[in-house]
Amino acid sequence: MNSESGKHRVRAKLETRAQELTERLELQSVRSCYICRTCTSSCPVTFIDPRFNPLAILRMVLYGKIEEVLNSDFLWLCTSCYSCQERCPQEIPIADIMTKLKNKAFKLGNAPVGVRAQMDIIKKAGRTYPLDDFDNKKRAKAGLPELPTSCDVVKTLFESETESLK
Amino acid sequence: MKYALFLGCTIPARARNYELSARRVAETLGIELIDVERFVCCGFPIKSSKQFSAELLSAYNLALASEAGLELCTLCSSCTSALTEVAHELGYKDESQLAAVNSHLGPLGIQYSGRVTVRHFARILIEDIGLERIRKSITKDLSGLRVAVHYGCHYLKPSDIYGGFDQPEEPTTLEELVSLTGAEVIDYPGKKKCCGGPVLPVDERVALSLAKEKLDAVHEAGADLLCLVCPFCSVMYDGNQKGIENEFGVNYGLPVLYLTQLLGLAMGLDRKALGLNMNVVKTKDLMKKIPE
Repeated sequence: MNSESGKHRVRAKLETRAQELTERLELQSVRSCYICRTCTSSCPVTFIDPRFNPLAILRMVLYGKIEEVLNSDFLWLCTSCYSCQERCPQEIPIADIMTKLKNKAFKLGNAPVGVRAQMDIIKKAGRTYPLDDFDNKKRAKAGLPELPTSCDVVKTLFESETESLK
Repeated sequence: MKYALFLGCTIPARARNYELSARRVAETLGIELIDVERFVCCGFPIKSSKQFSAELLSAYNLALASEAGLELCTLCSSCTSALTEVAHELGYKDESQLAAVNSHLGPLGIQYSGRVTVRHFARILIEDIGLERIRKSITKDLSGLRVAVHYGCHYLKPSDIYGGFDQPEEPTTLEELVSLTGAEVIDYPGKKKCCGGPVLPVDERVALSLAKEKLDAVHEAGADLLCLVCPFCSVMYDGNQKGIENEFGVNYGLPVLYLTQLLGLAMGLDRKALGLNMNVVKTKDLMKKIPE
């Protein structure tokens, strides 16, 4: 096998893999992008930190670099502000695509620590900021009603979901 | 007028000033807010990690509201978008999705009918109460104040789920509400930009830089205060303002008020009853610009 045909085969394999992933994640709409860059110029994060660039991410998805996106740190810098999605002239649901990519990255174990911690706490307590008796004391002092300090419902919901995915 | 009050996670723990002022303003306007003790997180914070789980949490909350026969009134913009998105999906799209969600709600002995409306408190003020009726409750003239408004993202977006409420590119509802108080609403660059809150657990520097950009602009424009409608935006601008000042060597001292606090002041409600003593950036100097 000469190195040229080897390279060719690797690229073909990458492209097939990218196409498969694109379809499985229902990201086909990225194909209609005509590179106007409205997304990137609307992105408040790109303005602060160019590591995050929505157009670049869409192109990476399209050109077989989806795994690089899923392994990246930059994917998680998206704030889900929807500026890109609202303005895309091709109506590509860019923010929704970022959510799908993040979901996939989370499944692969690539989410930042803070994001994983948020998931764990909600699974356990049903709230991002669990309440305790002290919180309820402060609430009572302010004349606000008492709220539950534990939550079993979330456990049942998550268990039922895990069960159905087996 | 009666609604189920959806507080979410941030408000009961970190924004009791918002909760207090919203309840007081609601009372003043004859809005009845019903507490539903069993509400859980709306799902927004885990949407990026596991969208289906997030949707289940939303659906569970929607089902509770449906069981109580009430519309939902939200105070947090992220809760608003998460709950509205699911209400929209399950209300208008194929029924198989609703059936799938209900199969998961089954073990909890609750089902969702697919028919609950979710609206932010400010939207309810505009749509159900109306500017004229609110104007009649205003007793104090706040014309000494220059106010910058921050819409945030999810109060308006994704716009396709909000049934034509306001305009995401040129919103006006917050200006309309603030103007009722007599205060001057001032413009500033980057008004529609995000507070950065959602990336706080990912990259603090990026999140704080986003918040700083807005604080710079609002400060530069000469605002007396920043007025907003989401507890997490407030965490970024009020709660983290001192941290931003220290981190970046800047100085703002910019009071950040919830819309309900500002309206409450104009309605002549007591400063403490509106939780103004709980705002992180002190509001005492601001009070000097308001008639006794």
